[in-house]
Amino acid sequence: MDFQLTEDQIMLRDTAREFAEKRLKPVAEELDAKGETPEELIRETAELGFFGLFAPEQYGGLEVDSLSYALIIEEISKACAAHAIMISVHNSLVIKAISNFGTEEQKQNYLPRLAAGEIIGAYSLSEPNAGTDAGSLQCRAARDGDHYVLNGTKSWVTSASFASIFVTFVLTDPEAGPKGVSCLIVEKGSEGQHIGAAEKKMGLKASDTREVSYVDCKVPVGQLLGEENHGLRVAFSLLDAGRVGVSSQALGIAEAAFDEALSYAKEREQFGRPLVDFQATQFKLAEMATRIEAAKLMTYRAAFLYDGGGRHSKEISMAKLFASQCANYVTNEAVQIHGGYGYVKEYPVERYFRDARVTEIYEGTTEAQKMVISRALIKGDS
Amino acid sequence: MFADSEYKEFRQQAREFCEQAIAPLAAEADETQHFPQEAIDRLHEQGWWSIMLPERYGGKAYNTVQYSIIVEELCRVDGSIGLTVAAHNSLGAGPIYNFGSEAQKEKYLHFSDPQGYLIAFGLTEPQAGSDAGGTKSFAEKRGPYYILNGTKCWITSANLCKYAIITARTDKSGGVKGISSFVLDKGMEGFSVGKKEDKMGCRGSDTAFLHFDDVKVPEECRIGPEGEGFKQFMKTLDGGRISIAAMALGLAVGAFEVAAKYAKKRIQFGRPIGDFQAIQWKLADMACQIEAARGLVYGASVLKDNGENFTQQSAIAKLYASEVCNFCTSTALTILGADGLTSRYPVERMFRDMKLTEIGEGTSEIQRVVIAREILRNIEV
Repeated sequence: MDFQLTEDQIMLRDTAREFAEKRLKPVAEELDAKGETPEELIRETAELGFFGLFAPEQYGGLEVDSLSYALIIEEISKACAAHAIMISVHNSLVIKAISNFGTEEQKQNYLPRLAAGEIIGAYSLSEPNAGTDAGSLQCRAARDGDHYVLNGTKSWVTSASFASIFVTFVLTDPEAGPKGVSCLIVEKGSEGQHIGAAEKKMGLKASDTREVSYVDCKVPVGQLLGEENHGLRVAFSLLDAGRVGVSSQALGIAEAAFDEALSYAKEREQFGRPLVDFQATQFKLAEMATRIEAAKLMTYRAAFLYDGGGRHSKEISMAKLFASQCANYVTNEAVQIHGGYGYVKEYPVERYFRDARVTEIYEGTTEAQKMVISRALIKGDS
Repeated sequence: MFADSEYKEFRQQAREFCEQAIAPLAAEADETQHFPQEAIDRLHEQGWWSIMLPERYGGKAYNTVQYSIIVEELCRVDGSIGLTVAAHNSLGAGPIYNFGSEAQKEKYLHFSDPQGYLIAFGLTEPQAGSDAGGTKSFAEKRGPYYILNGTKCWITSANLCKYAIITARTDKSGGVKGISSFVLDKGMEGFSVGKKEDKMGCRGSDTAFLHFDDVKVPEECRIGPEGEGFKQFMKTLDGGRISIAAMALGLAVGAFEVAAKYAKKRIQFGRPIGDFQAIQWKLADMACQIEAARGLVYGASVLKDNGENFTQQSAIAKLYASEVCNFCTSTALTILGADGLTSRYPVERMFRDMKLTEIGEGTSEIQRVVIAREILRNIEV
């Protein structure tokens, strides 16, 4: 096995690291408090090409490999996990959906603008009554001439208030259930589309999360992505890429929390000695670092396997499961090491702790990962 | 069964009050970071600002089991208000009653007054957290006064309180035996309150630093003899740990109940998620741990009521109940999925409130130190 990164991977990681440390880290606390993503930071992210990571070069994208993508998400997440999820959703769900399933016209229409970060993409699968059970969607799209007419509600839509397009999953054949789902590219401002109020969330407060609802919203049939009634194929094909992203995000949060905890434990003196002199602290640090190392190897391998093609959902779900649990474990311990200081916003571990929680929930809960893993084990896949 | 089972009716009444008077205030207190005046008034009417004090000080004269029931029930609906009640009763008013002179009790414990008021407790300092003996605040004796200088941090009800009891060194040498305790009046010159802390959880509770800049403290404000302060405060914390254990239990129960209802109602894959074994086991594990924590909380409460040594048992109760609380609030969040991460359900708040229980009144790490010290001290070889 070769654990060396290529020159390109190192360069992309370093670019992301520099941007994260210089531009995101200093403002992350403020963005969390205000619950917003400034346009300026979106523009700077676009200048680095990070909104076109998965877009083919012919459409102006960087077309990077998944390990490079993982490294970038990891570095951004060390500074601001909310910023990372915007980049991750835009690339791994929206750009991938259009690149893999779009018509040439759709690709030409959207990919160059998405890759340049001129427009931001949102992704709409979950509904109030269809979470882990993504096959039971209720949002309807009835065909009416050369339009679909949308009615229903989508939940937890990242970047909803400033996204220009929404990759949206709807029921085109209600009788067929999961086999009657189609995927549509809905443009912002379509009549009948209503963007709800910002969700009041525990963490990732700087990322924008809203409900998006539709009342008799007309979408031209040309906006169909992939084949009619084969929408879940689109959705499920994107899960693995999204999970590599969240796995990397969880890894970045864990590493950032560990770094803070280590430097605090070296500086903070109690009982006349720095905390690192106490064995209880030493062993906490050892356990945290070991879990991070395992999460890192699993995440990088998941990215590597993803690029090789074939079925690797089991390994990718394992990485996502382990890395997100690692992030929760490590941020919890980092708060403990900080004591009272870990409970207030002057220290970033307070934010890391809140941010880590969602990594066990979105892109499939920990329980959903276990469904994927156990199913593969029992069927004898890979 | 448990020590609290003979108080069924008492608990029922406490629960009704909490659900009717306190629960509706919880979300707004968290969001605005403001302790509601309505809570102060209602708790005062209820007599919960002086739960364990004798009636002559306006108290309810309840025992520790009843006190723990009240804290548990408050925290089942709101951690911030429960924490504030617990800190005031067991940390603020308790030591004045236990260690103060008759004159001090008359002066500071007058809870039959129509106005509710709070007493804060100041032990921790920026450089003296787990190492509480590292107190740097200094009270220099000058005639009938002490001149007090220093800083206390993470003080619950720092802004709201009328009085504060604090520790300060009266002897620069002498280790923990050079520490004395004082009760301060909020109006004393040189006694100021820092900016309110922006916390992860318990945001409805009021936390800030206390600053002492040449505060002239009359000798009669010293609690007990010089050099007794550290011992008094450590004894106080033994009791305080029961409070935080009861708080942790209440938060765990609150989160568990929300999750169990959600599991029964939420349909995925055509059935309530409570039909799935993965969810059933989570509920079963939560219920087992809650029962065990309940046994520890009320067991420690009974030991205290019986006048027995309860240092080890209160530390065990606090350590275990706070870890159960972490498990239960976290598992409840998992059961609620993305719904759990938003303010639509109280579990999001309970999870943030939970983390205080593993830190306040001695971190989990310090509880382990206390428990091990007691074990090693008492074991014969």
